Amino acid sequence: MSEALLELDHVEVRYGPVPAVRDLSLSVAAGEIVGLIGPNGAGKSTTLHAVMSVVPLHGGTIRFAGESLADRTTEAVACGGIALVPEGRRIFGDFTVEENLRLGLAARQVGGVDKALAEVYELFPILADFRRRHAGALSGGQQQQLAIGRALVAAPRLLLLDEPSLGLAPNIVDAVFEALAAIRMRGLTVLLVEQRARRTVAFADRTYVLSNAELRTTLTPADADDTEKMLSAYLP
Amino acid sequence: MILAAINAQTVVDAIGLGAVYALMAVGIGLVFGVLRLVNFAYGQLVMAGAYTLAFTAAWPAAASVAACFAVVLLLSLALERAVFRPLRTESPAVMLVTTFAIAFLLQSVALVLDVRDGTIGEPAGSFGGLNRAVSVFGVDVRKVTLVTIAVAVVALGLLALLLARTTVGLHMRAAAADFHTARLLGVKADRVIGTAVLISGLLAATVAVILTVQTPLVAPDFALKETIVVLVGVVVGGIDRLWTATLGGFSIGFVSGLINGALPTDKTVFLPSAVFALVILVLLLRPGGLFAPARAVERV
Repeated sequence: MSEALLELDHVEVRYGPVPAVRDLSLSVAAGEIVGLIGPNGAGKSTTLHAVMSVVPLHGGTIRFAGESLADRTTEAVACGGIALVPEGRRIFGDFTVEENLRLGLAARQVGGVDKALAEVYELFPILADFRRRHAGALSGGQQQQLAIGRALVAAPRLLLLDEPSLGLAPNIVDAVFEALAAIRMRGLTVLLVEQRARRTVAFADRTYVLSNAELRTTLTPADADDTEKMLSAYLP
Repeated sequence: MILAAINAQTVVDAIGLGAVYALMAVGIGLVFGVLRLVNFAYGQLVMAGAYTLAFTAAWPAAASVAACFAVVLLLSLALERAVFRPLRTESPAVMLVTTFAIAFLLQSVALVLDVRDGTIGEPAGSFGGLNRAVSVFGVDVRKVTLVTIAVAVVALGLLALLLARTTVGLHMRAAAADFHTARLLGVKADRVIGTAVLISGLLAATVAVILTVQTPLVAPDFALKETIVVLVGVVVGGIDRLWTATLGGFSIGFVSGLINGALPTDKTVFLPSAVFALVILVLLLRPGGLFAPARAVERV
């Protein structure tokens, strides 16, 4: 494995007295697509929020490109090269599609803004067609494309996706995974949180399974068709 | 009978009052948008500007106005650094009570500064000429009313351009809509809040100049009544959006002006009762705000 781009070392997160993530250590190497699956409440989204400095660490360290993210603000983490596609898309419905994409540029630290927008429009042509339309008028799948595009224009080194297929129709989920495949072709490093376990395990280079706030096991694409192994990874 | 008493002059004066209140509403609404903070001390920023105009009344008018802007902006930025920024993650109730404390503290400071010869109140008379009336299409209108309307139109127009056409404006709108997501995208919280507070201060200084022309005797409770009325107007219009808050501020000023002009002189004591009865009625019928749009349904 090449050198880790993201490293979580014995990370602990608590909401009051309740542990949300316990003693979690994982790494994502540059160019990898890593999955993070588990039942509701397992600590998947909290892990992403910890990386983005949205929630404070109770213990452990998170390092990105060798540097600790401790004491960084959320916007500093974003400007440092990590982009999050949040759960529920969180697009700005009253803004136009183009304004939403321009918001993503807030974290961009390199030039080539027009090229970045053009690349997103190439990846998601529907966004180009609707660029002057209010984002709230888009369908759920189109909004998810917008949320991913908004993250991509920031030119991140690491893309975090929090349940991008949540609430979408099956054919739209296919489109989302096709988009992720296209992103993989560009060599972008991805940490993907998903509920669709089998699909994620088959898609990612490796997939961590969280359960009850702890790391339970790690699966590879070869495990995706092993129903018994998938079940034992999920069930206590 | 009341409607018959409304003439063109009353309407123009009502628009003038609505314009001042709209400027204050924008100042309050901008800060609320990014901090979710109802700044009750906004009137005291205006008061500080008015005192600066009073204390520098002997200076050339331009220098006096420049001093007013400098004091209000410095005070705004100092409040942002010393109070708003450290408290911005606290609950809205904590921040509201803090702004109450700031308001009374600034009033007390004004009282201390203003004690002279056993009287309270400083005259600021540099712009007395603006109180003279001019005839516009046969209607007598005070110059300050025309200046106020023009200043409000220009200021709101410039602000609309800033919000619609610039990156910092886009970031401010995003922060007002969903600050959490805006920060996830890399929008810098301190810069956005600082810009909102700065613009809010610019508007407070502008209002200070206008109100001081209209009411040259400056006292520690200067602009207090206006702030309360504007805060009510902002809530009536819809505090969640800048344009609805601004419309709310304008509307309550306009309606107050109309009712004030329509009431016989000996009945103007009933003005607040009439206005606030209307406010209660509006809030009962439209609790989300008179101008607030219907909530959108989430797409799937």
